[in-house]
Amino acid sequence: MVVSNFGGWVVPRSVVGNHHRRFQDERRPAHQRAGFPSAMDPRQLYINHHDSSLLADAWNSTVIATFTVVLTLLVSSLAAYTLAHIRFAGRKWIANYLTLGLTFPFATAVLPVFIRVRDLGLLDTYWGVILPQVAFNLSFSIVLLRSFFAELPRELFEAAIMDGCSYPRIFLRITLPLSRPILATVAVLALVGSWNNYLLPLVTINDDSVYPWPLGIMQFQGQYSTDWGKVLAFVSLTMVPAITLYLLAQKQIIAGLTSGAVKG
Amino acid sequence: MPQSSQTAVNEPPGQKAPPRRSSVASGLRASFRSGSLTTLLLFLPPALVFFTLFVILPVGESGFFSFFNWNGYGHPHKWIDFGNYLRVLNDPIFRLSLTNNLLVILVSAFIQVPLALWVALLIADQRRSSMIFRAIFFVPYILADIVAGLIWRYLFDGDYGIVGTVFRWFGLEAPYVLAQTGWATAALLLVVVWKYFGFHMALFIAGRQNVPLDVIESARIDGASRWNITRFIVLPLMRPVVVLSVFFSLLGSLQLFDLIIALTDGGPLNSTHSAVSYLYTFGIKRMQVGFGSAVGVLLFIICVLVMLFYKRLFMREAESR
Repeated sequence: MVVSNFGGWVVPRSVVGNHHRRFQDERRPAHQRAGFPSAMDPRQLYINHHDSSLLADAWNSTVIATFTVVLTLLVSSLAAYTLAHIRFAGRKWIANYLTLGLTFPFATAVLPVFIRVRDLGLLDTYWGVILPQVAFNLSFSIVLLRSFFAELPRELFEAAIMDGCSYPRIFLRITLPLSRPILATVAVLALVGSWNNYLLPLVTINDDSVYPWPLGIMQFQGQYSTDWGKVLAFVSLTMVPAITLYLLAQKQIIAGLTSGAVKG
Repeated sequence: MPQSSQTAVNEPPGQKAPPRRSSVASGLRASFRSGSLTTLLLFLPPALVFFTLFVILPVGESGFFSFFNWNGYGHPHKWIDFGNYLRVLNDPIFRLSLTNNLLVILVSAFIQVPLALWVALLIADQRRSSMIFRAIFFVPYILADIVAGLIWRYLFDGDYGIVGTVFRWFGLEAPYVLAQTGWATAALLLVVVWKYFGFHMALFIAGRQNVPLDVIESARIDGASRWNITRFIVLPLMRPVVVLSVFFSLLGSLQLFDLIIALTDGGPLNSTHSAVSYLYTFGIKRMQVGFGSAVGVLLFIICVLVMLFYKRLFMREAESR
């Protein structure tokens, strides 16, 4: 398993998607099968193979981004709530620890992250991208959420505690519903970051049936570098979700970035 | 309990804090009842585990691996002291990569940011057109770096791209911009400015609209010219946003990677690498974990130094606030 992955690193990615080609093989005469590239019509190949595989890549990206967003929101809001409202020894220390990531360049960690993901057996899986992405989202998300949570009106908490409401219930019933704008900001940043991420999947994903779209499009471009029409057409498709979201949430994102960073 | 009911009545409504307990045991009991202990024990660990496992430990491991000649399999055992660091620092390609990073920083700080500030100040007054401009200029920023790189690779393509076509209209020979060493770097800088311009502009528009209107209004009534208002009121008030925007461009420039891979892949003749694309090309692609880690550690040190230096110099007032 590991060795075959290693082979993937030495043999470049241009060993084209066997995964998808296999399905077409059954319907072809023997001399046209994958082992006989000279007999294949290149046009046929990339309309059938690449269009469907690029769509599959977009689906992979969607799954990865969805889980990244959900996990980022969950983990960072829990931590931010604790840090904002509960006083305990070492609170400041933990808060500073969790924000260390703000100045860490991801590239520094990328090789050890690869080795960790490999040792966990998560290479070529969605989780191999999702988990490190969530971890690297935490610092910034926690900074944003914590300062927002801390600014919610105190009277609400005091009243809730007077009424016997426990901290976990306050989190669910008061803090989260009041924090929708900042949660949306964090979600959009995590979503777009994941959707556009290139370096991490480049390192942890080698099997092109799990490729997110940036890897797929780079592979595609590498093979058909002269067919710009096709490359650009697919590129435009991938832009749609990111652009729509950003334009919808633009104001909040900018406000979130400026407020959080000025205070941080 | 006439006593307690009387105090409750006499207390002003805002100060009904829960009664304080002095002993530790009752304090613990209270925190169980309020759920604060449960919260602490359940809510915090996931973040700590994630963060430690995938951020803190890997950065530390990078430092460890960087002293080995290791291809990533088995355990690292070939300790080579600072061999990797010497190799990196003596590599002219790495030095060129750092120079490119520096160029990107300089172009961002001295061309992109002032330009964005200027355009933002021009259009921030007109709310409607500023919305439209912001949306238009924001699109390149939203694009994935990969996509931006591919689009410009196409535009610069001498055979198929727009640049080539335009040159042929005039009967000139099409240049292969991305195939010539100096030009390729210039093209990279151009694309960086194009891509991140809108982000800085959006920050500046937000900053400009946060400048209180009454201050500007009173200055205008006192007969201050438009230039003087900008120079002596708006710009000083916008200082934190400018500081922040340069901070973002420093961070981004040091981590530049996807764009380069898609646009030039570091070529021609390895002249357009950044630190990260150097790390990828010479460390990761060849599975030289030790060597790549050394590059990563150097990048880390550079980042931390730059950030500390910058924060010390410019962001002090933000911290003290």
